[in-house]
Amino acid sequence: MAKLTEKIVAITGNAAVAQAMRQINPDVVAAYPITPQTDIAETFAEFVADGLVDTEYVTVESEHSAMSACVGASAAGARVMTATSSQGLALMWEILYIAAGMRLPITMTNVNRCLSAPINIHCDHSDSMGARDSGWIQIYSENAQEAYDNVIQAIRIAEHKSVLLPVMVNMDGFIVSHSIERVELLDDEVVKRFVGEYKPVYPLLDVENPVTHGPFDGLGGFYFEHKKAQIEAIERSRKVVLDVADEFKRISGREYGCFEPYRLDDAEVALVVLNSAAGTSKCVVDAMREEGYPVGILKLRVFRPFLARELSEALKHLKAVAILERATSPGSFGPLYAEIRSALYDLEARPKMVNLIYGLGGREFRPEHAKEAFGVCLKVAQTKRVEKPLGYLGLKEVEVIS
Amino acid sequence: MKEWRAEKLMPGALIPVGGTARQYKTGGWRSEHPVWDERACKQCFLCWIYCPDGSIKVRDGKVIGIDYDYCKGCGICANECPADAIKMAEGGEPNG
Repeated sequence: MAKLTEKIVAITGNAAVAQAMRQINPDVVAAYPITPQTDIAETFAEFVADGLVDTEYVTVESEHSAMSACVGASAAGARVMTATSSQGLALMWEILYIAAGMRLPITMTNVNRCLSAPINIHCDHSDSMGARDSGWIQIYSENAQEAYDNVIQAIRIAEHKSVLLPVMVNMDGFIVSHSIERVELLDDEVVKRFVGEYKPVYPLLDVENPVTHGPFDGLGGFYFEHKKAQIEAIERSRKVVLDVADEFKRISGREYGCFEPYRLDDAEVALVVLNSAAGTSKCVVDAMREEGYPVGILKLRVFRPFLARELSEALKHLKAVAILERATSPGSFGPLYAEIRSALYDLEARPKMVNLIYGLGGREFRPEHAKEAFGVCLKVAQTKRVEKPLGYLGLKEVEVIS
Repeated sequence: MKEWRAEKLMPGALIPVGGTARQYKTGGWRSEHPVWDERACKQCFLCWIYCPDGSIKVRDGKVIGIDYDYCKGCGICANECPADAIKMAEGGEPNG
């Protein structure tokens, strides 16, 4: 593949992320290159083979090993990146916690795809939502441009000396990962300067200054205190995410916050959405505004750390909010709904809230679904009553045999 | 080895020195301990071969006793000894 020098290109979300990785030129990438991996790992492997990067590319026998190799390489002092998806992220589970607990600034792209069974490889957020308690910073991307921009920013967030935590950049499987979009690429030199040179604080391979990584810390030790320190680190990342976004705006002209309000200030009802559903919902907002409906959306970009105070501030003036969720927690509400609803609990007056599950296993999220969600919100706002806190968008009419 | 206190928390439980396993004596788990009888020992080295934790002390090619810093008290040496030179005794501490 020829080296890209054009500024504006038509590429898939996966290719955009691979280009970001080429420009970042990490020391080590460890990945399991077979399904459910995406062509992020494949495209990056081509860059390695073509000599466009200096990366040591480690192909391993599973995602459990991929993340383990990332942990080892990061502890050794390397700048480390990887990519995964779906069952692959699920298989990394154990090591995700170790990467975060050891405070290793690994950057990973996760292409959001559902978890079996039934076997299905299409878009939903069950994979990353399941990893929400692992201690990773989680950033979500609406389109290929955001995925590219977020990966570049993630390096700086992860490696910031007040943070030192792994970052997971998410984008929607197939809808963004495999669809060709217009993407503005930064110049290689600009990205190189932006991410800078990685200077690990305690590299394991510094034999002149031996250190111990990943020790035992049992019952009489300080496990609890270390977890508290880890919590404080992810709290500090709130500011770092915004500082890095400010700096990124200066090189790209593109603006990022922890979330993006869209026609929300003067709205009476709103949807909270993640990833690509935001694009569809924005179109519907514009159309419904033309008809005089007071609708808006809030697109969440940073899910971990969770911005409870800021979100309650942004949503408090609304009459009704629907939390759109591309994941479930069977037997309870969706994770996003539970957390956002909880964030607003202490307000004197707060919007009514409903949880609408959509798009599981890649089921399409169409404008009529966003419209239906706004319809639910408008009815709740009008009646001031939530009849069904948990609903579904886009289910087929079928006979279910229990 | 450099000065370091466990109470001084480093990111990710990192320890800013190496070789700390040397300070960690794992023999404290014992509920029984082996007692070696030098006069009965035939120096056959079966205990040394079988000990899963390398806790049979050897000097100048001869068994000279048990390394209680690391012996877990599993009793394999006593079980394997053909000369009844190792017997298990109550309690974790050899002098307890």
